[in-house]
Amino acid sequence: MNHPEEMLGGKTAEISQEGCDGRRRSFLCLLLGAGAAGVGALLSVPLFRFILHPLLTATSSSSWKEIGTVEDLASITSPVKKLVKIEQRDGWRKIVMEKALYVCKDATGQLSVFSSVCPHLGCSVAWHDEKSNFVCPCHNGQFTADGKLLEGPPPRGMDQLEIKVEGDMLVVHYQNFRQLVPHKEVIG
Amino acid sequence: MSDRRKRVGSILRAVLDEAIPGGASLAYVFGSGLLYLLLSQIITGMFLVLYYVPSADHAHTTVAYITKEVASGSFIRSIHAYGSSAIIIVLFLHVTQTFLYGSYKGRRKLLWLAGCALFALMLGMSFTGYLLPWDQKAYFATTVGTNILTYVPFVGNSLKTLLRGGTEMGTLTLSRFFVFHVFLIPACVFAFVAIHVFLFRKAGPAGPVQGAPEALKQSTEPFYPKQVLYDLAFAVLIIACLGLLAHYAPVELGPKANPVDTQYVPRPEWYYVPVFQWLKYWESGLAVLGILVIPAFVALLFVALPFLDRRPERRPWKRPVSVSIYGFVFIGLGAMGAISHRNDLRDPNLAPQLAKQRADVQAFMKKPFEPELAGPSLIAATVALTNPVAGKGKKVFDQEGCAECHGEDLTGTSAAPSLIGVGDKHDSAKLESILKQPTDAMTDGGMTPVELNDEDLKSLIAFLKALK
Repeated sequence: MNHPEEMLGGKTAEISQEGCDGRRRSFLCLLLGAGAAGVGALLSVPLFRFILHPLLTATSSSSWKEIGTVEDLASITSPVKKLVKIEQRDGWRKIVMEKALYVCKDATGQLSVFSSVCPHLGCSVAWHDEKSNFVCPCHNGQFTADGKLLEGPPPRGMDQLEIKVEGDMLVVHYQNFRQLVPHKEVIG
Repeated sequence: MSDRRKRVGSILRAVLDEAIPGGASLAYVFGSGLLYLLLSQIITGMFLVLYYVPSADHAHTTVAYITKEVASGSFIRSIHAYGSSAIIIVLFLHVTQTFLYGSYKGRRKLLWLAGCALFALMLGMSFTGYLLPWDQKAYFATTVGTNILTYVPFVGNSLKTLLRGGTEMGTLTLSRFFVFHVFLIPACVFAFVAIHVFLFRKAGPAGPVQGAPEALKQSTEPFYPKQVLYDLAFAVLIIACLGLLAHYAPVELGPKANPVDTQYVPRPEWYYVPVFQWLKYWESGLAVLGILVIPAFVALLFVALPFLDRRPERRPWKRPVSVSIYGFVFIGLGAMGAISHRNDLRDPNLAPQLAKQRADVQAFMKKPFEPELAGPSLIAATVALTNPVAGKGKKVFDQEGCAECHGEDLTGTSAAPSLIGVGDKHDSAKLESILKQPTDAMTDGGMTPVELNDEDLKSLIAFLKALK
């Protein structure tokens, strides 16, 4: 058996000098390259869809959750922290997350509910009885008892959540809102 | 920069101008087809790991998630699964071509050996990959597959325990198979593919089996463009076949592995069926001979081929002995596959069970994806915490052993359905009546009437009611 180099016949050797950039081959090369690129692009469509799946689907589900009886909540004198359990999809898992929210009562006795997530960068805002306002521990954003922005870097007041009364229960629609924008915007 | 371009250019030229004695041929496309398939397996495999979790708890859920929910997930998984079958088919064609052309002879001995190593590695890849979805067929086929190791004298049991990561199949088995499938075997595959390609480049293409050296020299043709076109056409054929199959007949996933299922009849992947059939013929006394000695002998014969058949003769019709042995083994394997298939169809005990298993797979595929509840009994625990009567009911539920069939997390097993949402489906009176007197369908599934005092029954119903 011969070495391949020895096997290069006259005609073959001539062509081999030109390589893929030779003029005679360039058109075919271009065609093959374009074809391969096209097939490659076609094949990468499912791969991209596969990777981008989290962008293509809504992740969190929102639902109405019971907070407590209207009767009990009507007697509050300052904002009270309540926890609700929110079922969330986490990829292939279903998880139950506890979310903190504040039930507040205004001068007319009307109840309102605020998310404890700071609209600045998402830290948990806490009620301070001695100051009679909400303080975010991260960047010192401060809010009044009815959630209005007092001072600090947050772009807007605390996010009020939708509520309704079902029977004697107060139920809340828990949602997440976009941070760092002046008006509240639902996400997820 | 220009130096580098020149270097790349010269490598490209060296590859494209590889001289093929006797000219390009469709018979030479299988090697590059295998390279293409390997690339496809690597890419789809890497993507699948984005969502897959190798643990007995989550593997099946994550594969179900990929198959039922993730965009293009079923397609990519199908390409990967069908790709493994395609590799076996093209590998067989590649080996047969090499064998018939006598291309293992002369200075191609090492090339043949590296190819044999790759053959074994590919069988290892498919064996380890088969378990990863952790469905019924994966679990039971691998149980049988790993049990074969017990036939190895003296160390058989230790080997099996080592491979499984324990005496029984479990989450450690999955971890081990995952490491083999994703790290160890691929690393060896890369090494041997590099060696195989390097040795091939060194030896050069073998060319046709006959023809005078002078004539061959005259008809020598470079790899580019004709052979490149043939190879590309073959790759496109593979892409088209896999793509159509994956799109129109996506690979299915069965129900999650249930080790206590005593009815399940495992069947290996189609290319292992002949070996599976072969094992049936060996009774305990001679089993070592049939299961270890004979296959090892055949494998050794195969590997040692270039050393046993040293004549330079490459024409298959002048090599009747080796060609007949090859043909005999191949026809034998095919026949055993056919016999196994026929038995499965005709056996009055097996056929209905196999049909039931297929129906189970289809039923599972039709169900929408059910996400896994994070943490054991998360919903149950939450219910128990918030409602004291239901909490007591949870204790009754645990004492009565309901979890054995309905699952620790109440999401059901293959023995009994999920109980999540049962509180929405039935009112308390209905729950009470079906607990006391299960329906026929429930009784068939193994549900027994619940006998409890009134208080316990009430709290159990409160617990079930709370499972929304």
